[in-house]
Amino acid sequence: MTAPVVVPVADHGVLVVFDDQISDETHARIRALDAALALTPPPGLTEIVPAMTTLLVVFDPLVTDHNAISTAVRANLAAPNTSSSGALHVIDVCYDGLHAPDLGALAERAGLDPEAAIAAHLAGKYTVGMYGFAPGYAYMYGTPESIQQPRNPTPGPLVPAGSVIIAGQQCLIIPIAMSTGWFAIGRSAASMYTADHDKPFLFDVGDTVTFRRVGADELDSRLAEQQPAEQQLTKR
Amino acid sequence: MSTAVLHVRRAGPLVTIQDAGRPGLMRYGVPASGPMDRFAHAAANVVLGRPLTQTAIEVSLGGLSVECTSAPVTVSVCGGDFAVDHAGERRTSWAVLTLAPGDTLTISAGRWGSWCYLAVAGDIVSRRWLGSTSTHVRSDLGGGLVRAGNEIVIESAQVDDARDGPIEPPVVAQPARVLRVVLGPQLECFGPDAADVLLGNPYVLTAAYDRMGVRLAGPHLSINDALAIPSTPIVRGSVQVTGDGTPTLLFADHQTTGGYPKIATVIADDASRATQLRSGDTVQFVGRDPAAAIHAARAAASSHAHHLAVLADRPGLRTRRLLSTNLIGGAFHSPQPCRPAEGDISENPSL
Repeated sequence: MTAPVVVPVADHGVLVVFDDQISDETHARIRALDAALALTPPPGLTEIVPAMTTLLVVFDPLVTDHNAISTAVRANLAAPNTSSSGALHVIDVCYDGLHAPDLGALAERAGLDPEAAIAAHLAGKYTVGMYGFAPGYAYMYGTPESIQQPRNPTPGPLVPAGSVIIAGQQCLIIPIAMSTGWFAIGRSAASMYTADHDKPFLFDVGDTVTFRRVGADELDSRLAEQQPAEQQLTKR
Repeated sequence: MSTAVLHVRRAGPLVTIQDAGRPGLMRYGVPASGPMDRFAHAAANVVLGRPLTQTAIEVSLGGLSVECTSAPVTVSVCGGDFAVDHAGERRTSWAVLTLAPGDTLTISAGRWGSWCYLAVAGDIVSRRWLGSTSTHVRSDLGGGLVRAGNEIVIESAQVDDARDGPIEPPVVAQPARVLRVVLGPQLECFGPDAADVLLGNPYVLTAAYDRMGVRLAGPHLSINDALAIPSTPIVRGSVQVTGDGTPTLLFADHQTTGGYPKIATVIADDASRATQLRSGDTVQFVGRDPAAAIHAARAAASSHAHHLAVLADRPGLRTRRLLSTNLIGGAFHSPQPCRPAEGDISENPSL
């Protein structure tokens, strides 16, 4: 276990680099630093952004500087681990028909039949490693090796919000319709946005997610129920 | 006080509702958004005596045309050098004017600058998300895009025509062409000469320019075999380099993490001022060590605080106020000097 490197970012941040490979151990260390800094924030700290192998600390340059924040980071690396193990979420997914446009292609690449690919995805235990890209994109890792495939070099057709997409060891429930080079292998009715100001997003970094299979009828009825709630979120 | 309505006759792409931004949520994938040019946004509010973080309309090069359809309201247009037509009278941005019912205000691209701000003496009614009206364009969260046919409703609309008139834009309103960077945080992902190439050559803004960032054209920046690195957090001002060696400078609606390596990061004030450049303009990156970057941030904050204080109490305003007070009241009252309502501007790191 090597000591992380602390690198300056412009006039208002430091990036703490733990490793260049994703692992549970590295991610646990990142979560521990995140929790320690949140518990005893040094003066001028404005934001902590945990990621898969790095953690960004943003600060107010009128109050502090890179040296003081780096010192606080190093001190907190030695602090006892107060990070919680994270919540466990079970997310319902439909892997049927049009809800799973890329399931066939993924299974073929992996040399599996579609049911075996679904079983593999359902067997995975996923950790929320970081958010990225745009609001509510929670990048999870933990996709089983048997269905790990690199993303396609070019994005495919638009897939709807709630699509469950995978590439490599990563898995994501997309909160906004998008076109992607990842494999859309199912769809969930889960909304990444909660409309709860104190906990605006469904997952926190460090949470664990597993999936449960539902049929198309059940998914469709949940999607139909959900429309009003989704519209609420942008209301004042 | 009354409710004024601005009917949007025409709006270019990327005309959005923006307050000062939504910082602190990057851990959920949410960039701060907010104005591309933070100083001009604050200035637009301050010249009306409003809180400098108040919701305003960010106008892109595509322009905006609105018609005042109900009560009169005093507004400001600050940022860049845009052409402003108020009921047939031509002006430029950096002005305060009072819209009467039936007046049309048209803002269009002028001699320089990419963004300007239409602020109002009142409260723009807008969608709020996570405590802010700032629009994140990609997700359409926050106040949202302003489109033709929209009605912009302004509650508590005030007429404050003593403020009407042109404003001398301070020098800090000019775009930054020399961008100060701290190298890294992923310099090790690049070839040994890449930093010298970045700092030793001009780069040109391409047409791939929106609220997320601008792709630059210039000498190739060689990347080691680093394209498989896990995504790392990025900030406004990050210079991210794609696999073909092309740098992109990230702005207000940036992604919060990125899988491409970052060769350098532009200091916050220069990243804000660079947004007033246009496609085809040239920038030169210069390296600064972290201590010099901190010094620059503090100098910029102090300069902005000074200029905003001057704008809040600009020459002539006091005299016009005295005159109007005397005309109405018939007696001499010492008017309160106008100050930015947030009080201590220096506490805001973004300014």
